[in-house]
Amino acid sequence: MVFEEKGIYTVGEFTLAVKSILTSGQFNDVWIRGEISNLTNHNSGHRYFTLKDKNSSLQCVMFKWYNRNLRFEPEHGMKVLVLGDLDVYELKGVYQLKVRAIRPDGIGELYKAYELLKNKLALEGLFSPERKKPIPKFPKKIGVATSETGAVLHDILTVINRRYPVNLLFIPTIVQGEYAAPSIVRSIELLNNTDIDVIILGRGGGSIEDLWAFNEEVVARAIFNSRIPIISAVGHETDYTIADFVADVRAPTPSAAAEIAVPDRQELANHISRLGDRLIENQRRSISDRISRLTDLKANVEPRLLLERVADYMQFIDELTQRQSLNIRRLLEVKTSLLNAHGGKLDAVSPLGTLLRGYSITVKMPYKTLVRSVADVEKKDELSIIVNDGRIKCGVNDKEECKWK
Amino acid sequence: MEMSFEDAIAELESIVDKLEKGQLSLDESLALFEKGIKLVRECNDKLKNARQKVEKLIEENDELRTEPFEVEE
Repeated sequence: MVFEEKGIYTVGEFTLAVKSILTSGQFNDVWIRGEISNLTNHNSGHRYFTLKDKNSSLQCVMFKWYNRNLRFEPEHGMKVLVLGDLDVYELKGVYQLKVRAIRPDGIGELYKAYELLKNKLALEGLFSPERKKPIPKFPKKIGVATSETGAVLHDILTVINRRYPVNLLFIPTIVQGEYAAPSIVRSIELLNNTDIDVIILGRGGGSIEDLWAFNEEVVARAIFNSRIPIISAVGHETDYTIADFVADVRAPTPSAAAEIAVPDRQELANHISRLGDRLIENQRRSISDRISRLTDLKANVEPRLLLERVADYMQFIDELTQRQSLNIRRLLEVKTSLLNAHGGKLDAVSPLGTLLRGYSITVKMPYKTLVRSVADVEKKDELSIIVNDGRIKCGVNDKEECKWK
Repeated sequence: MEMSFEDAIAELESIVDKLEKGQLSLDESLALFEKGIKLVRECNDKLKNARQKVEKLIEENDELRTEPFEVEE
């Protein structure tokens, strides 16, 4: 059998020929539904996987420069929609899809991605209470990252203005769609370079797809790494996004976030007025205490009272004097009667009575020595004789001894 | 330097506590009272005069700037 050599390809030429047909445009920008398997996250940052359904499989590669389009972490077994262009890998001669974007296929897959990321970040400690930063009680300036349109910004501004007007720094932020996550991350980073005290990150309600940016890992990490505390207010009260778990405080709604961010002016005014009342009441009492103490002291030094006291003392002195004079009189009486008694006794032994009866006392001069015996005198001695009413001076003319008994 | 509202109210609270504990001389308590009343007035003024100012943060050519932001009523 003879083959007409109407043209022989080299392998390379053939591969290129196939490639030129396959990449001519018909299979560009195609969306394909399938399930991820054999996923390899290569060190280079590129991802390789097989997209399959029950009949077929398709080799896929997602180069790392498309990673920013990845809004969740693809996992083995996940049902996804991929967007890409058909390409031929010349080295192996296989066709493959160059993937530019992957989306979870259906709500169920979104929830799966949500749960996976939530568990991963929880394990890493991004939700732990001890990593939460405290919200300042009296912020001076509040950063608000949300969409420029929509009710969220309006609600936040209104509530803050009503409760406690304060300076606000608003940064327009994309909160839905493909560009939302990078925009939120950028807003958080920029606000961290300003002098605000707290950030409110807000978005109105929506479906899980609408809120998806707040379930993306980059957003979670930006919130976690924020130096400034963040209050998240995403969706409705029942919506819990991953951003809510990482945020320092989760508010059920944007209005609630505003209420958390600032104190209530009326409550503060009441508090201040109570403090003022306590101040005045306390001072009133303190002064009236002092006045009554002063009154007491003054009463003690009042002239009338002093006079009364002096009179009291005088009366007391009078009493003492009286008691004393009574005592003295009594003493005198006792002494007088004692004296009289002694006087009587003295009379009884006094020589005066004897002299009155006619006896006399003779003394020899000049020394008035008592003369008891003739032997006491000599002739010519001067004598003095004491009688009842005087003295008689005389001399001794003679003497004679006699025996009277 | 003007005192922040937070510092003012904290000081006011501590003054009221101190006065209520008593044991101060008349001079001390009068001085504290005067200071307290001044703080009450200051705090009230601050609250009354608080105004909301909203600015918009704009990034332009790698530069950050702010411009006043009009709030639609």
